[in-house]
Amino acid sequence: MTAELIIFVLLAVIAVAAALGMLLSSNAIYSALFLVVNFGVVATFYLLLGAPFIAMVQVTVYAGAIMVLFLFVIMLLGAERLRHPNQVLSWQQPLAVVLVMALLGFAGYVVSMQGLASPPVDVANTVSYGSPAAIGELLFREYLFPFEATSLLLLSAMVGVVVLTAVDARRGVSRGVSRDRRS
Amino acid sequence: MIPTTYYLALSAILFSIGVIGVLVRRNAIVIFMSIELMLNSANLAFVAFAREFGTLDGQLMVFFVMTVAAAEVAVGLALIVAIFRSKASIDVDAVNLLKG
Repeated sequence: MTAELIIFVLLAVIAVAAALGMLLSSNAIYSALFLVVNFGVVATFYLLLGAPFIAMVQVTVYAGAIMVLFLFVIMLLGAERLRHPNQVLSWQQPLAVVLVMALLGFAGYVVSMQGLASPPVDVANTVSYGSPAAIGELLFREYLFPFEATSLLLLSAMVGVVVLTAVDARRGVSRGVSRDRRS
Repeated sequence: MIPTTYYLALSAILFSIGVIGVLVRRNAIVIFMSIELMLNSANLAFVAFAREFGTLDGQLMVFFVMTVAAAEVAVGLALIVAIFRSKASIDVDAVNLLKG
């Protein structure tokens, strides 16, 4: 067992434990913090896989910006835990676990049948692989159109967020979802 | 060198945990976090395959998945805030006006 395999197994255990912690903790704040741990571990995997630029983007965008947004909304709404945890579909939970176990079994079977068990060519240790320069060259040469389309996506998301959360000043109600207090 | 299969297996496990989170949890924000976990596991598979074939296209795909995830989180959290304003709850079972 090489040192790299030991590191991989330790990190994988931490990643799965953090994901399970996110799944099982009843407080949404704890869930968010467990997810930050998971994202950090996955960033370490990216470093092991020879993707330093993606690892840094993972830390800044995912673990930084997106999770701060999550924590901000949780604390803004005061919705750490549900007030009346009612179970409408009580049979759904065990069925979901059984079906996901079946999914995991099939995925494991397919992965083990791919013949990828031998270590691939060691491209990760070459200098230019995964460097910001190489990523940028590929991004602006071959993927220029998807890159520009992404800007349109982000613009429409921004406009959508403003429309959804804008409060109509005259009536004081949200325009995105009409007010309904009956149920 | 860690074989790509190990990374794919880890990716499958993380994805399954995300699916369980979406199906079992009733808190809308936790459901969103589970979706993030699933996107993240797909990203891990992309990067592992990029190393397997020695190209950078997989890493570019991760880049685009991240931007889509950021847009999705912004819109989704805005929807949650709007629902919370009208329902005073983010329990997904409380959003049942279309139920017959």
